[in-house]
Amino acid sequence: MSTVNCPECEAEVALNAGTEVGEIIVCPDCGVDLEVTSVDPAAVQLAPMEQEDWGE
Amino acid sequence: MQRRLKIGVLYSRVRVEEKWIFGAMEKRGIDYDRLDDRAIHFDLEKPEEWRGYDAVLERSISYNSGLYALRLLNAFGVPTVNAASVAEICGDKLMTSAALARDGIPQPHNATAFTPEAALEAIEAMGYPVVLKPVVGSWGRLLAKVNDRDAAEAVLEHKSTLGSVQHSVFYIQEYIEKPGRDIRAIVIGDRVLTAMYRKSEHWITNTARGGEGELCPITPEIEDLCLKAAEAVGGGVLAVDLVEHPQRGLVVNEINHTMEFHTMQPVSGIDIAGEIVEYVVKMARMRDEL
Repeated sequence: MSTVNCPECEAEVALNAGTEVGEIIVCPDCGVDLEVTSVDPAAVQLAPMEQEDWGE
Repeated sequence: MQRRLKIGVLYSRVRVEEKWIFGAMEKRGIDYDRLDDRAIHFDLEKPEEWRGYDAVLERSISYNSGLYALRLLNAFGVPTVNAASVAEICGDKLMTSAALARDGIPQPHNATAFTPEAALEAIEAMGYPVVLKPVVGSWGRLLAKVNDRDAAEAVLEHKSTLGSVQHSVFYIQEYIEKPGRDIRAIVIGDRVLTAMYRKSEHWITNTARGGEGELCPITPEIEDLCLKAAEAVGGGVLAVDLVEHPQRGLVVNEINHTMEFHTMQPVSGIDIAGEIVEYVVKMARMRDEL
């Protein structure tokens, strides 16, 4: 299990096994949405804000 | 021996549904590419890059990105799930209502106006309460239940002042006293795969808004209505949302063309992702055999 630091609050965030690039995870400390940009090595960035035309 | 197919999956975020879809592709040994809609670009003079795909499954989270990608892919002759024409209708509540009305499929009473004044007249003619919905939008966002004239005037003014130009298409729907739930059914091709009640104390029952799922038996009435509704919008892989109207019985509320099913798949026990992948492969083979 690899870990990264949240770009918002610097908390340590763990990437579970099976995590994929493009997945959204939530920082357990500050609650911000993070997009996984790489799994090996682990990297995340702040997820884009929800847009008006988003949905199913 | 059959030629090995190449499938594309257009996506924006890897939600649990996309993980299941990718997993279903891999389980079947399908050659597929993950196409991030934020990274791709289309050169209209180079359609051959895209023609290498026997079919593309669209799972974009952005309606606009998904729709334009589908239009281009279809223009290049690449089959897509769903077709651009289906996305055009399903992504726009008014287009969906028009298609349902054309085919005489029961739906909530709807009215449309293009100015706040005309919208107010339409609301007063329908009678309170009504629900105002954006024609494009999802996850139950920006729905307004309007109980009286004061609220109607306020919401209409806010929409016309603060909203984008699209919010000046005023889509007005009767408020239905539903029994704390609505029904979502998954239709793939000519089959109703499964159906689920979405329960909530709130009048907005989307599971994206906290509604809970419970299996709903597929009655002949539900099956018939869902298949007709799916056909009205052009068919494919669709989620048909039904509401139990206290006087008129089942009505079709909306149809989603890139549906989420993170609640539905565990509730139903059906491998919806696998069924979607099988359908995409079927579409790709149909093209291959032409």
